[in-house]
Formats: sequence, C-alpha cells, structure tokens
Amino acid sequence: MSEERAAVAAEQPAVPSALARRRAPLAALARWELLLLLIIVILTWAGTQISKYFLTGANFANLTSAVMEVAIMALPSTLIIIAAEIDLSVESMLGLSSAVLGFLWAAGVPLQLDIGIVLVVGALGGLLNGLLVARAGLPSLVVTLGTLALFRGLAQVILGTNAISSFPAWFTTFGFDSIPGTPVPWTLVVFAVLAAAFWYVTHATWVGRQIFAVGKNKDAARYSGVDVATLKTALFVVSGIIAALAGVILTARFSSARADNGTGLTLTVVTIVLLGGVDINGGKGTIPGVILAVFTIAALQNAMRLAGVSSEYQAVAIGLLLIVSVTAPYFARQARLVSDRVRGGRHPPATAVDPGEVIP
Amino acid sequence: MSDRAPSPDRARLEVHGISKRFDATLALSDVSLDVRAGEIHALVGENGAGKSTLVKILAGVHVPDAGRILLDGREVHVPDPIAARALGIAVVHQEPRLFPDLSVAENVFLADPPRGRYGAISWREMRREADALFEQLDVRLDAGAAVRGLSMADQQLIEIAKALSVDARVLILDEPTASLSAHEVERLFTIVRRTRDRGVAVLFVSHRLDEVFALCDRATVFRDGKHVVTAPIADLTTADLVRFMVGRAVTLFPKAEAAIGEALLEVRDLSRTGAFRDVSFAVHAGEILGLAGLVGAGRTEIARVLFGIDAPSAGEIRLGGRPVHLGSPSAALRAGIAYVPEDRHRDGLVVDFSIADNITLPILPRLFPRLLVHRSAERTLARGYAERLRVRTTGVEQLVQALSGGNQQKVVIAKWLATNPRVLILDEPTRGIDIGAKVEVHRIVSDLAASGLGIIFISSDLPEVLAMSDRILVLHEGRIAAEVPRSEATEERVMFAATGQVAATLPVSAPATRTGAGGGDA
Ligand SMILES: Nc1ncnc2c1ncn2[C@@H]1O[C@H](COP(=O)(O)OP(=O)(O)OP(=O)(O)O)[C@@H](O)[C@H]1O
Ligand SMILES: [Mg+2]
Repeated sequence: MSEERAAVAAEQPAVPSALARRRAPLAALARWELLLLLIIVILTWAGTQISKYFLTGANFANLTSAVMEVAIMALPSTLIIIAAEIDLSVESMLGLSSAVLGFLWAAGVPLQLDIGIVLVVGALGGLLNGLLVARAGLPSLVVTLGTLALFRGLAQVILGTNAISSFPAWFTTFGFDSIPGTPVPWTLVVFAVLAAAFWYVTHATWVGRQIFAVGKNKDAARYSGVDVATLKTALFVVSGIIAALAGVILTARFSSARADNGTGLTLTVVTIVLLGGVDINGGKGTIPGVILAVFTIAALQNAMRLAGVSSEYQAVAIGLLLIVSVTAPYFARQARLVSDRVRGGRHPPATAVDPGEVIP
Repeated sequence: MSDRAPSPDRARLEVHGISKRFDATLALSDVSLDVRAGEIHALVGENGAGKSTLVKILAGVHVPDAGRILLDGREVHVPDPIAARALGIAVVHQEPRLFPDLSVAENVFLADPPRGRYGAISWREMRREADALFEQLDVRLDAGAAVRGLSMADQQLIEIAKALSVDARVLILDEPTASLSAHEVERLFTIVRRTRDRGVAVLFVSHRLDEVFALCDRATVFRDGKHVVTAPIADLTTADLVRFMVGRAVTLFPKAEAAIGEALLEVRDLSRTGAFRDVSFAVHAGEILGLAGLVGAGRTEIARVLFGIDAPSAGEIRLGGRPVHLGSPSAALRAGIAYVPEDRHRDGLVVDFSIADNITLPILPRLFPRLLVHRSAERTLARGYAERLRVRTTGVEQLVQALSGGNQQKVVIAKWLATNPRVLILDEPTRGIDIGAKVEVHRIVSDLAASGLGIIFISSDLPEVLAMSDRILVLHEGRIAAEVPRSEATEERVMFAATGQVAATLPVSAPATRTGAGGGDA
C-alpha cells in the first residue's frame, strides 16, 4: 500500500512541473527580449520627439544600413561567445578585407573575383585564430588581441594611407541603396538571410546544441564525442569570413577602400552580443535576442546623431551600454538569490560551494 | 569547546519536523532525527530519498520550508554555510566542490586560513597543517599542487581534510567513501571513530551498507522524503535496512554466465609516462573484465587512453584484430567504445542541460544526420533510457542539476548505453547509487555482456568487482600485478596484489599475465 502511495505521489506533480521547467528558461529569455523591445519603442518615441525625420523610410534605411557591418559580425560572435571564447579581431579583418579589395581592384582584377579572394583571406585569418585557440590551446582573448593588431598592420602594409574609390555603380548601389520602392537596404537583406541561417543552426540543429554544450562544460562535451577543437576552429573561420564580408559591405557603402576602415567596431559588436542577453561566460544566449540588440543599437545611434550628439559622446554611450549589459544579468541574479533566501530558497546559492563563480 | 563533558546519551543535534519542497518535488516531509554526542549515526535511503537535502539544510545551503534545528538543546538557525561553520557544523558534501585553480592547501583552508602576525595569511603554516591532515589520513597529496586534474578520490580526500580542519561539534559526511578504495576507507574510519570518541556527533550517509554496519552506532532510514525508522545498528540486519529503504526485499543480482567470444579490444605493452607501464590485456565479446587496484594505481588512466582522451606513450591498441589510433573521444566513439567517466560533474554531464539533452549529446550526429533536431524523437528516446534505469525525475526535460546524486549517475550511464557501444568502459558506475539501482546496473551490465559487448569494469568496491567480473586485472603502481580468473577471485588475493605483495606470495606475476593475454587470442 505504501508503495502505491509513493507511486501516486511521484506521478501527480509530474505534469505541471515539467511544464514549468520547460517554460522557465523561455520566460526568463522572453523577459529580456521584451525589455529590448520596450527600449526600441522608447527610442523610437524619443527619435520622433527629436526629429520629424526619424520615422521616415529614408531614415529607416539610414539607421539600419549604418549598423549592418556590425550586425552581421555579431552573429558569429554570438556563437563564439556562447562557446566561451571571444573574437576581438573582427574589426581588423574588416579593414584587411577592405584594403585587399581596394588593392586588387586598383590592380585591375575584376571585382567579383576580388570579393571571392577577400572572403578566402577572411577564412584564412579566421583559421589562424581558430588553430591558435583550439589546437594550441591559447586563450582567445590574447590570440585575437594579437591578430587585431596583425590584420590591421597587414591592411596598412597593403594599402598604406591610400583610399581606393571609383568602384562600379552596381557595387556602390548594393552598399548604399534600398530595394527599389521600399525602405529596405540591400545590406539588410544580407543580414536577414544570415540571421535566419544562424537562428536555424543555433536553435534547431545539433551543431547549435554542441556549441552550447562546449560553452557550459567543455570537458563533458569532449567526453561526449563533441569535436571541440574542430567546432571552435570552424566558428573562428566563419567569423573571419563574415568579417571579410562586412569589409566588402562597408567598402561599398562608403564607396571607399581604406586600411583604417572599421576601426573601433569590435567594441560595438561585443556590445550588441552582450546586450542581446548572451552570457560573457559562455553557455547562454539566443540569436533573436542579438537581432533585437542590433536594432536597439541602431535606433540609439541614430537618435543620438539626429540630436546632434558628438561622436565622442556616442562612444561614451556605447561603452556605458556595454558595462550595463555585462553587469545587469549579474545584479539580476544576485537580486534573485537574495529574494529566494528571504522566501526560503529555490536555487542553491552560489556561495563558496560553486567553483565557477566566486574565484577572485 | 563545550564546558561540560558530553554525556553519550544527550542529543547534540536534533531536527524536528523538517520539510523542504523544490518546485513539484517534496524532497523532505516532516522528518525528525537526533544525533548524540559521541555517536556515529547512519543515514540511509534510496537515491532521491532526501538525504543530501537534509545535509544541505544543516550546512546552510538550503533553507527549510518548515521545522526546527537544535544544537545541544538550543534552537539555531543556519541561514548560510558561514553560519554552519560558526556553529561548529563541518560537512563533507556528496559532490566535491573545489576551486580547481587553487592549491590543495588553499582549498582546505579556504574559509579560515591560518594567520600569522598582523593577520596576514601564513602560507607556510597552511602547508604544514595541510600536510599534517593528509598524514593523519595516510594519503600522499602534495599540498602545494593545484587541484585541477586530481582524481575523484583525491578530491574527496581534500573535502574530508577540509571538514576535519574545523574543530567541529557535528561532523556530517555525505557519501565520503564513494570513490575511495578499501585502504583509504579504513583510514577514514579510524579518524571518524577517533572524532566520535572526542564527543563529536557524526552523521554518516552511505549506500555501502557494510560500512554502515562496520562504523555506525544507530541508523535512520529515509524513504521518499519521509522518516521510516531509527534504530540501534545492533538491532538491524542488512535485509532489514534494505527492506526499510526500498519497501521490499532486494536480492543481489547473480551475474549471468555469458558465452565468451572473440577478442574485441586488445592492448599490447601500452604505456603512458607517469601513469602506467607495459599493460597488456584483451577484452572479449561477452566478457566483463574487472580492473581493481588502489586509488592511483592507474585504472582511470588506462581507461582515458582507451577512450582517446590521453595519448599513449608506447604500445598498441587493436580493435577487432586491427590496430587503431584513437586520437579523440569522437574517434573512440565511432570505433564503438563508450566510457562512463568517474567524475560525473566534470566529465560526465552538462548539469544545466536537461536529462534528454544529456542523454542524446553523444549520438546527435547519428540520430539526426540532416542536422535538424527532432525534439519529440529525442525525448522519446531519452525517456526510454531514463525509464530503463529508473531515473527518479519529474520528466526528461528536467535539468540534471535538480536530480539527486545517484540519479545523475544513472543519467550518465543512460547516456552511454544510448550510444550502443561494442566495448563499454565503466569507471565507478555505481558510485553513489542506491542498492536497488546498483542491482539494476549490475543486471544491465550483465545483460549487455550477454548480448556480446566487451565490458571493462572499474570499481573501488571490491565485492562488486568480484561479483561482476569474469576476470580481474589487479593494478599496482601502474603495472598489472595479477590476473585473477573468476573461479579463483577472493578479496584477500586481490587486496594482496593491489598492495604489491603478490609476487612474494602467489605464483601469478607479470610473465603469466602476458601468457594470459596471449591465450586470449587463440
Ligand atoms: N536543487 C534542486 N532542485 C530541484 N529538485 C531538487 C534539488 N535538489 C534535490 N532535488 C530533488 O529532491 C529529491 C531529494 O534529493 P536528495 O539529493 O536529497 O537525495 P539523496 O537522498 O541525497 O539521493 P542520492 O542517494 O542519490 O544522493 C530528489 O527527488 C531531487 O530530484
Ligand atoms: Mg545525496
């Protein structure tokens, strides 16, 4: 009889709890994304207060195309940060890509071929990062800080202080114009396609699952047959290719190839990723969150520009945003722990018993 | 500590009517318990019965929903681990949680490092005290070494040293012996008895019932979060305890006789510098090959090489007669080798993945060759294995970190069974699982062998190795010290070999071993 009672007791709560569990992470996430949506709405409202021009199609095109390079670079960076690594070299790969493109074009190589070559250069640069991180086991922070300097240096060797312009019309049209009859820039189409692909891979395929596993516990992932080194290398290669593509887009948008194109953009890329709710310690994050963060940053930058905020203060704002995105989840967690404590606790606290969190 | 001498019958620690709920799981329901000064009190029960939950409440990790805690008759509150320490409650938790980048000594004295003049931490004093503690425990651990990469047993010993470093009124040990071999267990017991004789109240959680009988004065049984019985150990038999725990009688599973077939995995003169040397053996289809030895004898190290985690420095591995190079776990997995690692938290599980996600992680590429994950197919498969191993859970979507220790272990085993291996290496597979589940694991392992798998069975639980293995390789300091067939396997013989006394007393030695392995080929 007592056995039967036990069985019933075990059965009864099964359904509600399973549901609650499935909803819990989603709910937390939706809350973050709702917050971003709210910020976008507020920024839009503020934008309309600043200028009538804000809500026009032309400004939408402006606002989005201004961030498309960082937007596409944020996609692979999201995966790299989920895998508990980081790629700081993207802005320099963008510059190198622009320089190589200009150099080849000036030397008379057809532009289509130039673009292909530039993407290969991006892949090779990413491979270098990937091999040093995943095979040699060096920290990605240091490796990509090194290639941040290396790629920029190469760009300057190739193009010096020259600026190459006079690109064909189709190329600059792609970089600058919208689909005829719509306020949708061509570059936004590129971002949309890439974002959809990254969304699919990250959240619907087992490659995505493996990336999360690596970020949460790379030893357990390795023991489970996940080829951690190959996976990480591949992520860096993709990041390199996309950064090179961003270089092509930026060159088309400015219709100018320069070695210093894209300087400082890594900061914006990382800010977008973290603002999108990705955990800097790895293992957590979503592509939809990052997509929303792209538009948050775009609206913010645009509103500031329309309000005549100088670029120095814009940089200050991005820096502050980065700090807030990194610290907000931490404070939220602390607040939750404290409230749980008071209410008698659901989660085991992250006190001295949790090695991951407290190491000074 | 106390001004009065403790009288042996006074309850030092009492808990009254403690309840604790996690979401839908009622982990503890109105339990009461008392531990007297100068008593070793056993706490036993199935996986998920609520033992660790009570331990964590006493340690200040969880706050109970209801109930009172009394120390020496006075009600106390334990809101956090620091308070527990201040009250003189020392705890060895079930899962060692150490800081991998700090040294062994720093981990031991983390909360309260010895101070020198002016309040600065005295590193020399710390090293000295750590060495003294390890000396007591008779373990060779370098107090200055980093914790990262240490074996389960060493990590557990560090946790024990940590608890002993406190001048405690209550000492709580949650499955401290789970990865220790007989020798370390004996040392630990000596110390625990000495601690008891000093008047400390000791609460001892274990699934090894022989230990409970050897060590404890009284025992309390929990089942499904409820108190079932408390009685002097002298009034109980093993069968009683099991019946109280499980609610029915459990008979140990007799290993099925399996037809032994051709050699699946052969190892010739395999060495890894600093770990083991010139190891040769073969595992055959249908065979369970036991690996016995003391902690640090090289059993796990051999398993890691066979699973492609570490590279061998010399020697050859053959699968199905052909030499193979196992450069990575994924290569080993493709070759049909599966490895249940001993450290489930570090290597076995992604604890904030669901049960289903953990079980399918190694087989995702095989399961979904077109990349897209079908959640329902995945869940169905996971549910099958979870039920087969009787994982106690609210559903396969539950996060692994919410499971009790033993149920987490079952998930690790489920995960490797799901890979459908040809050779299965089990490293302490029954560590921390209850007697019912242990019998279940034994039955599964035996069935798997009968279905033609080759199984390498590593365990510090000697009776278990003897019961399960067709053949036992005993390792001593990285070499095969003896090979003992099932018919001749006794505890004495294995222990002798494991402690390096075999050559003098028994005819089996290294050359004989080689013949034995060679004989396997014929
Ligand atoms: N943090 C948590 N969140 C949700 N449920 C939990 C949590 N910790 C424990 N539980 C649940 O409470 C129950 C009791 O768990 P507990 O760890 O106390 O068992 P145990 O007796 O120590 O088992 P074992 O022998 O396997 O270690 C289990 O059903 C477990 O799933
Ligand atoms: Mg437990």
